[in-house]
Amino acid sequence: MTDLTVADARAALAHPSHINSDLKAQRVRSAWVFLAPTLMVLALVAGWPLVRTIYFSFTDASLTNLGGAEFVGFQNYLSWITLKSGRTIYKGLLADPAWWNAVWNTLKFTVISVSIETALGLVVALVLNAHFPGRGLVRAAILIPWAIPTIVSAKMWAWMLNDQFGILNEIFVGLGLISQKIAWTASPDTAMVAVLIVDVWKTTPFMALLILAGLQMVPIDIYEAAKIDGVHPIRVFWRVTLPLIRPALMVAVIFRMLDALRIFDLIYVLTPNNAQTKTMSVLARENLFDFDKFAYGAAASTMLFLIIASITVLYMWFGRVNFEGGER
Amino acid sequence: MAELQLRDIRKSFGAFDVIKGVSMDIRAGEFMVFVGPSGCGKSTLLRLIAGLEEISSGTLAFDGEVVNHLVPSKRGIAMVFQSYALYPHMTVFENMAFGMQLAGKDKEQCRKRVEAAAEMLQLTPYLERLPRQLSGGQRQRVAIGRAIVRDPKVFLFDEPLSNLDAALRVATRIEIARLHRSMHKTTMIYVTHDQVEAMTLADRICVLRDGRVEQIGTPLELYENPNSVFVAGFIGSPKMNFLSGPFAALYEAETIGIRAEHLEIAEDGQWAGTVIHSEMLGSDSYIYLDIGAGEPVIVRENGTSRHQPGETVRILPEAGQIHSFDAAGRSIGRHIMRGAA
Ligand SMILES: Nc1ncnc2c1ncn2[C@@H]1O[C@H](COP(=O)(O)OP(=O)(O)OP(=O)(O)O)[C@@H](O)[C@H]1O
Ligand SMILES: [Mg+2]
Repeated sequence: MTDLTVADARAALAHPSHINSDLKAQRVRSAWVFLAPTLMVLALVAGWPLVRTIYFSFTDASLTNLGGAEFVGFQNYLSWITLKSGRTIYKGLLADPAWWNAVWNTLKFTVISVSIETALGLVVALVLNAHFPGRGLVRAAILIPWAIPTIVSAKMWAWMLNDQFGILNEIFVGLGLISQKIAWTASPDTAMVAVLIVDVWKTTPFMALLILAGLQMVPIDIYEAAKIDGVHPIRVFWRVTLPLIRPALMVAVIFRMLDALRIFDLIYVLTPNNAQTKTMSVLARENLFDFDKFAYGAAASTMLFLIIASITVLYMWFGRVNFEGGER
Repeated sequence: MAELQLRDIRKSFGAFDVIKGVSMDIRAGEFMVFVGPSGCGKSTLLRLIAGLEEISSGTLAFDGEVVNHLVPSKRGIAMVFQSYALYPHMTVFENMAFGMQLAGKDKEQCRKRVEAAAEMLQLTPYLERLPRQLSGGQRQRVAIGRAIVRDPKVFLFDEPLSNLDAALRVATRIEIARLHRSMHKTTMIYVTHDQVEAMTLADRICVLRDGRVEQIGTPLELYENPNSVFVAGFIGSPKMNFLSGPFAALYEAETIGIRAEHLEIAEDGQWAGTVIHSEMLGSDSYIYLDIGAGEPVIVRENGTSRHQPGETVRILPEAGQIHSFDAAGRSIGRHIMRGAA
């Protein structure tokens, strides 16, 4: 399809004719007409807040005085003063260990959670793609964790993980797996694990469904051809299934990655004020609203935006994701 | 070399019987064609032989050895699918080599076999291309090549030409016939619903109807001695003319059938009819006559017809070419005499 249109466009450029250019102009016009409402809504709900945030990050705005904000350049990001003693003191977001801790937490969370969810999602999708009685029911049932609002599931898990009354401690102690009850969400050693468990539980179904959609695009007769060729099922998976669902898999991973990089609600509810799990979004919100460092929070938000955008671009570039399917 | 014995093979999907007891012997090196109308179970029967579907009851044997429970790859078969079923992300070479590489053959030998098959099918220039960069005919040849490379004892085709245009279909048909001659030790089973393909390719044809074998025989046997109205109507183009009622009563049959090529227009013809339509194909013409039977009777004439619609003509059946059938549609023989007195 793409090849054709590109070729058409080239032909049209090489041999301009009135009919052709009229037709083209008309198509361009109708394209704009159809796009305009979406672009307008996007500009209003995404573009404007983004621009405002970026603007505030270059000011000294505070929550109580947004109107009187003054431009301060890059001070929120990085500034330094050299003392008389010759020592230079750096200030600003990029010199803030709390920020880098949040960046590290976010990346760690993203990489681990998305990897586990992809692997598990793939397994679940392969199972759901097989024919067995009651498949429809299982497909619907598996979506339940995804359908529960994050706040609710976070609260639910918070109770299950509770150090005194939580059912998990009860079970683990009962089985003799642990000798004493663990404060899962509060202890620095286990806070991130707790967050990961809940996130994997919640979003694996989503991953599985996206991958399942990809699996269902693979024609059955290819598998039959492989059966006749006598290819071992595991090899079929690596050499046939995986390459064919790669586009779907890449899209699913991008979706999850974007979501994971800006994780907020789960951590805010499950492990508030825990340095081990504080992510970029949590830190930004804290500064924006709790610490009355609105401009600083805006700078953090802007950095978050830049990091997500560049990771996405890199991923798409290296992964050669082509949303029309197939290779570039 | 492999001969196949099918003994009372049955297949049902749930409560739905698709193959209702098929028995036949397929000789080693034979080109057997399964024909029949859509939904009669041709593909299902082929897939049972391939091992892609499990046989519900009955036995399937290759060279006397029951293979009911062997997986497809252990049966020594290769299959060409209607949809080609090529691996879309592999080049033509990889498509052909994929199954073989796994069989533990060394690389050099593998490459040689693929190249030989590609040479045979004129695919050499395309070895590095992906399937989607090929035309339909080329893809079909790759699918055939992939099957050849397996060096099968039994070669299975499921309507391999149905996605090709008319000219390419003829060309590929000839190629398959050539393939059969060059692989004369390989048994081939070919599914089609196109009776021309069946007639031109087959050593023997098996006509299937509703999950049962209707008749098995050489193309000429089926053409000359169909054992039922169904086979008579299915084999041959245009379709055999069927007459019933008073026309058939003369021959003491429920139904009689005469092919278009066994009728001639003659002054002293047995039946009179009005020309309602004529088709000129250049080499010959088909004239549609209304002789008072339910359907028009088709008569073949050599060359270009001189008869105009509306004209009344008389037709004469050729001696010994009237097939008669009983009430159940079974053949009760052919009439030797020229017309009835
Ligand atoms: N997996 C299946 N489950 C249930 N019914 C099936 C299945 N496969 C085939 N059938 C049924 O079996 C019958 C025969 O199917 P089959 O594909 O063998 O027909 P065919 O002779 O190859 O027809 P065609 O010429 O249209 O390809 C059809 O009525 C079909 O609906
Ligand atoms: Mg079929």
